[in-house]
Amino acid sequence: MNQTGEMQKKILQLQDIHKAFYIGKPNELEILHGISMDVFDGQFVSVVGASGSGKTTLMNLIGLLDRPTSGKYLIEDIDVEDATDDELSYIRNQKIGFVFQTYNLVAKTNALKNVELPMLYAGMPAGERRERAEYLLELVGMSDRMKHMPEELSGGQKQRVAIARSLANDPTIVLADEPTGALDSKTGRVVMDLFHKLNKEQGKTVILITHSTELAEETERIVTISDGLITGERGGSNHVIS
Amino acid sequence: MLFLENIRMAVTSLKANKTRAFLTMLGIIIGISSVIAIMTVGNSLSASLSDSMQSMGANNVEVYITRKTPEIDEKENGIVFGTVDRSKKITEDDLITDEMITNLLKDFEDSIEAISATEDVESSVVKSGTESASVSVMGVSQGYFVANNVKLKAGSQISASDASGARNVCMVSDQLVDDLYDGDYEATVGRQISMEALNQTLTFTVVGVYEYHKTQMESMLVGSGSSGTNLYIPLTTAKRLTHSRNYAYFDVVGKTGVDPDRLASKVKTYLQGYYRSNAYLTVDTFSMATMVESMTTMMGTITLAISIIAGIALLVGGIGVMNIMLVSITERTREIGTRKALGATNGSIRIQFITEAMIICLIGGAIGVGLGIVMGAVAAKALGYAASPSIGSIIGSLVFSLAIGVFFGYYPANKAAKMNPIEALRYE
Repeated sequence: MNQTGEMQKKILQLQDIHKAFYIGKPNELEILHGISMDVFDGQFVSVVGASGSGKTTLMNLIGLLDRPTSGKYLIEDIDVEDATDDELSYIRNQKIGFVFQTYNLVAKTNALKNVELPMLYAGMPAGERRERAEYLLELVGMSDRMKHMPEELSGGQKQRVAIARSLANDPTIVLADEPTGALDSKTGRVVMDLFHKLNKEQGKTVILITHSTELAEETERIVTISDGLITGERGGSNHVIS
Repeated sequence: MLFLENIRMAVTSLKANKTRAFLTMLGIIIGISSVIAIMTVGNSLSASLSDSMQSMGANNVEVYITRKTPEIDEKENGIVFGTVDRSKKITEDDLITDEMITNLLKDFEDSIEAISATEDVESSVVKSGTESASVSVMGVSQGYFVANNVKLKAGSQISASDASGARNVCMVSDQLVDDLYDGDYEATVGRQISMEALNQTLTFTVVGVYEYHKTQMESMLVGSGSSGTNLYIPLTTAKRLTHSRNYAYFDVVGKTGVDPDRLASKVKTYLQGYYRSNAYLTVDTFSMATMVESMTTMMGTITLAISIIAGIALLVGGIGVMNIMLVSITERTREIGTRKALGATNGSIRIQFITEAMIICLIGGAIGVGLGIVMGAVAAKALGYAASPSIGSIIGSLVFSLAIGVFFGYYPANKAAKMNPIEALRYE
C-alpha cells in the first residue's frame, strides 16, 4: 500500500523543536531540547517515554494546542508558526483528530451529537453531519448506542465514541494520548485493535502517545523520548529512505 | 457557529441544572414582573382616566362648600366630591345662593359656558303594570345637560320656561323606557308618570328621553348593583319640593379654550369673597383636569420608584447570572478544553456562553412578563379598572432581558473563550 517508498508523503515535519516554560523567569524550564522528526502518510507511530520525558508537551505541540518556543513545525507543508489562534483552531478542526485518555466526551450530549461536534465547528450542514456521525459510529461498532449519553456508556464504549469523533472531519492524523490508560486490558485491546483497523483499512495516520513499551511494540514505528530528546527510533525510518 | 445549535446547547446545559437555572432567573423575574405590573396598572389607570374625562367633561370645574381648615392644602384636597359633612349644622344661609351664581356668570361670561346645578330629591320607583324601575329624582339646571353631555333619544330637553315655571315635567332614561314601555321612546314622550317620594305622590309629564351611560365613575362608586337611572326634573321644581333655596355645590362648564385649572382658581377666589366673614365655611373648587394631572403625577412618581426598585432587582439578577455563568464555566473547563481541541474558535466559545446567559435572561424575562401581566391585572381589577397591559413595555422588557444576558454574560464567556486549551483539558 503506502509503504512502497516514493509514494510516501511527509505530513508532519518537526525541525529542532524547543519548548520552554516560564520564559524569562527564574524558574524557566526547557522541556524539549530540539526534537526533529517527520511523520509520513499512513504511518502508525508510537511516541514512547516515561512520565516527565516531554511526550505530552510534544503531543500538545503536534496537536497545535501549544506553540514551540523555537523550531519549525509543518503540517501538510503548512508552516504554523505565524498562524493566528483562529487559524490554529481551523487546522485542529480539519487536520487533527484527538483521542484522550479520559475520553473527554461532552456531558449531557449523546454519542451522535458528540461525534457531530467537530463537524458543527466546521460548519457542515445538519443532515450531512448526522449521516457522517452515524457512519462513523457504525465504523467503531457503536451504532446501537448512538442516542446514549456519555454517562450511560462504559469506558471502552466512550473511547470508541471518542475515536469516531476524532475521525469526524477526516483528519490528516489521529493523535491518541494514552487512549487505553483508563481501560482494563481487555477493553484496551479492543481500542488498540480499532486503531490498527483504522490504520490498515482506512490508511489513517495514527500517532500513539504512550508510556507503555508493550503497546508501542505493536506499531510499525517507535520513537522513544527521554528528557526532551529523541533517544531511539525504530521501524519508520526504513521506509523513509527509499 | 450555528445560531440554533448554540440555543440547543444552552437549553441542554440549563436542563442539566434546572433548579440552579430557575434560582438564577429569580432576580430577572422579579425585576421584569414588577415593571410589567406597574406598567399595566398605570396603563389601565390612564385609560380609565381618559374615559372618565370624556364622560365628565375635562373642562368642568366643580364648586363646593367646604370647611375652613387652615392646614388643608388645596392640592391634597383634590379628590373630594363636593359633598359637605352635614353633621356640623350647615344652615341654608351658609350655602351658595342664586345671587352668587348670577353674579359669577355675569363677571365670568367670557370664560363660563354654563352652570350645572343639581338638587337631589329622593329615590323612588316608577311602576307600569307589573314592571317597575327605580329612579333617582334629580333637579337639574339647564347647564347640567351641557356639563354632562346628555344626549336625547326622543322629545326635548327641559326648557327654560319649564324651569322658570317650575313645572312638573321630567326626562327619563332610555333604560327606563326599555324596562317599562317596551322601548317605545316616542310614545313615552307626553306620558304622565307617578311615583311616591317625599311622602307624597309626584306626577310628572315626560318631555324627553335621554341616552343613559353607566360611567366608569358611577360603576366605581355605586358598584355593580343596579340602582336605577336618573329622572331629571327642572331645578326649580326640585327646590320647590325640597323647600331649599341654595346650593352646596354646582359645576361650572368652561368655554372651549379656557384652562380649567385657571378657571377653577379664579372662580374659587371670586366666591371665597362671599365667605370671608363666615367663621367656618368657605368655597373650594376642583377640576377634572387637576385630578388627572395629580393622578398622572402620582403615577409617574410610583412608576419611577418601582422602576428604580426593578432596576436594582435586574442589576442584582444580572450579577446573579454572571456569577452562575462563572460557576458554570469553571465546572465545564474540561468541556471547553475539549471543544477547543475539536476546533472551536475563541469566538464560538464566547458566543456559546453568551447565548446561554441570554437564554437564562430571556426565559426569566418571559416568566416575569407573564407574572407581571397577572399581577397587573389583579391590581387593576382591585382598583376597579379594566386591565390593559402595555405591549411596548412587554417587548421592551424582553429586549432588555436579552441585553442583560449579553452584558452580564460577556465577562464569563470571554473568560471561557480565553482559556488555555491545555490547562482546560487537564483541569480536574
